[in-house]
Amino acid sequence: MASNQLLSLSGVSKEFPGVKALNNVHFDLNDGEVHAIVGENGAGKSTLMKILSGIYKKDSGEIIYKGKPVNIPNPFEAQKLGIGIIHQELNLMPHLTVAENIFIGREDRFPGGIFLNNKKLISATVELLQELELNLNPNDIVGELTIAKQQMVEIAKAVSYRGSVIIMDEPTSSLTPAETDALFKIIRSLQAAGKGVVYISHRLEELEKITDRITVLRDGEYVQTLKTSETSIPEVISLMVGRKVAQDQRPENRVIGNEIVLRVEGLSDQNLLRDISFDLRKGEILGFAGLMGAGRTELARAIMGADPKTAGTITLHGNEVKIKQPSDAVAAGIGYLSEDRKRFGLLLNQDVTFNVILSSIPRFASKFGFLKVKSAAGITRDAIAQLRVRTPSERQFLKNLSGGNQQKVVIAKWLTRDCDVLIFDEPTRGIDVGAKDEIYRLLTKLAEEGKSIIMISSELPEVLRLSDRIAVMCDGRLTGIIENKDANQNVIMELATKFSESVTTAN
Amino acid sequence: MSEVTNSGTKAESSKVAAFVRREIGRVTALASLVVIFTFFTVMRPVFASWANVSGGILMSTTVIGLMAIGVTFVIITGGIDLSVGTSMALVAVITGKTVMAMHLNVWSGILVGVIVGTILGSINGLLITILKLPPFIATLATMKGAQGLALITSDLKPVLFTTDVKGWDSIAQGNIIPNFPNAVLILLVSAIVASIILNKTVLGRYTFAIGSNTEATKLSGVKVDRWLVAVYALCGFFVGLAAVVMTSRLGSAQPDLGLGYELEAIAAVIIGGTSLLGGKGTISGTIIGALIMSVLINGLRILELQQEWQYVVVGAVILLAVYGDNVRRRRSGDTSH
Repeated sequence: MASNQLLSLSGVSKEFPGVKALNNVHFDLNDGEVHAIVGENGAGKSTLMKILSGIYKKDSGEIIYKGKPVNIPNPFEAQKLGIGIIHQELNLMPHLTVAENIFIGREDRFPGGIFLNNKKLISATVELLQELELNLNPNDIVGELTIAKQQMVEIAKAVSYRGSVIIMDEPTSSLTPAETDALFKIIRSLQAAGKGVVYISHRLEELEKITDRITVLRDGEYVQTLKTSETSIPEVISLMVGRKVAQDQRPENRVIGNEIVLRVEGLSDQNLLRDISFDLRKGEILGFAGLMGAGRTELARAIMGADPKTAGTITLHGNEVKIKQPSDAVAAGIGYLSEDRKRFGLLLNQDVTFNVILSSIPRFASKFGFLKVKSAAGITRDAIAQLRVRTPSERQFLKNLSGGNQQKVVIAKWLTRDCDVLIFDEPTRGIDVGAKDEIYRLLTKLAEEGKSIIMISSELPEVLRLSDRIAVMCDGRLTGIIENKDANQNVIMELATKFSESVTTAN
Repeated sequence: MSEVTNSGTKAESSKVAAFVRREIGRVTALASLVVIFTFFTVMRPVFASWANVSGGILMSTTVIGLMAIGVTFVIITGGIDLSVGTSMALVAVITGKTVMAMHLNVWSGILVGVIVGTILGSINGLLITILKLPPFIATLATMKGAQGLALITSDLKPVLFTTDVKGWDSIAQGNIIPNFPNAVLILLVSAIVASIILNKTVLGRYTFAIGSNTEATKLSGVKVDRWLVAVYALCGFFVGLAAVVMTSRLGSAQPDLGLGYELEAIAAVIIGGTSLLGGKGTISGTIIGALIMSVLINGLRILELQQEWQYVVVGAVILLAVYGDNVRRRRSGDTSH
């Protein structure tokens, strides 16, 4: 196959406030090639793709497309150039039909331009679907299709632009093995037609099947580009995780008793979670690692009763508890600290006191329903001192505190509620490096005081540094629980990418 | 489009199932209308007389029905228009004053009405797209503004212009078709035209697309803001038409009549199965919704139920209609909302 360079990016950088998302990244794509981009969560894959598709603007660097330097200021321009993207989060109109979705904005019209030519729309769709060998009915309402079929609609839509480059961001994340094979067939036919495919996937075993080259990104930096035929999955993994600061701190070997505080058995939900069982001991920090979409947050929400379970029991201190809604979980002493503090954890327009007592208001209410302001303020001042929240007073509004201090206020809220199981979801997300250490020390201190902690984190060094044991999830299943001393980044990555072929996604 | 499906009978039956599932909202609404109608007929046979049906029920559906048609478009985009009621009053007053000042004939007068209505609607659209105001706030503001301006321009007095214009009273009251009031004919034609716009034109397609997923529509290259202004302008057009019909029926432009109509129009749209969250809805459903309300009010009045209780019954019907819709959606597993 004569391969000409279709696209080349050099020295691309992108900075968000406080984060260097991409630093001097290189990437190139030939026609008829499938080129994978891999990296851990936060490595910069999606940022790079959003720059290519015009959603973000690069700060510096050059993009050469078909031999000419180009600017891609917005998605329309990307489409005009012939760069199509299949977004990870589906971008469809659920109430419209398959055909309407594929050709939205480019409908065939009768002369005059007012009336739609639906016949032509349908026939063009049928043609396209036949060409791609997709088994879809053009008249089906997209919102009523399975996620996998919706994914197919996205693919058909991207192909229908007849561009030269198609970017696929995690296209198989919701496909069954059979559907994945069908997708690979489409990719091969695109390849045969001389198109370039950028393929992003967490499923490393897929790369061997479909890609020609693999580019590894790590922490926003370019690591290496490998020929798929000349490398192996272990090599790719070690390039993905091999950061300089990798083998850093581990927890001191704490002695943790055998008292089991929380036991989860056979927990499943409707969409993702399959038969999850684990124990959490008193004073233990149990880290949850996994790739994005592995189901860690879903697990936390299912335990909290925020989303319905289809099976499974939860036992606290030996007694089974029925958790139907979050208030049941809180009453049983489980507190959840969301990864999205601003949306689910805090009232930003209220003061520290209000936030600290929010979950325990009955305790601070007099017989007639008045708030005991003094006692609330007193408790809050104690919490501020204990957790070292940096705030001028307990009357300060939350929006004026830094991310780290806001996180401490959320922790104070659950401590005031006397929760003895705390679930932290990404406890240091959006918190700057200095404050992270303080949050780490605080978590360790809480565990030493006898609290039991589940900590979900996408940052492996963080998981390794804090967890006594590490539970790894992949694709809605628990693929292993390992002692900290047996764990390293490679072991965790292997478990986190252990997609089992036999598991099919729910329809 | 049977050439599309590869396995004939199975696809056919699933198509029927899909049709029933998709149309069940309108089917139940229509069934409820029939049940309510039958109930009143059994209680008081006079209810079903053509005189009552045309002069009472259909006639009283016209103004709310026309507004509700416009509001349907807006609600399908996921927006809301609270200004239609007082805008109608403002259009009526401006039309009356213009007709008197310029000695316009009936056709020019109608044209003034729909143009003023369309302009008022466009203003809503521009406020929403250029100032990026939420539709609720933008149209709440224009609702109050129109209310005030209607009173100011009319000097708080009804504008008596209709007797000066030959034929103005027959806009609503005349009978091009014998025994069939023109106002009802206008509503019927408007409903058909609106239905064609919604289902066969580019504007209609984008109305659904915007309500279903604005961001995705934008990313697909559709100039969403421009189409939104068109949708609000179209809504204004129907408000203008409603104003014309209203003045013809009353024989004057009443500056203080219209407040509260917006909620009745919205209620008709919701009862007709259009989702307040956008993305789905039909004109025929809206007409059925408007009919359910006027049948109820007319019937309860014939049963001599106090007006106060009529309000309570209408409230209950809105609750039932929307709750029923929720239940259906949950059962069919529609998670798009």
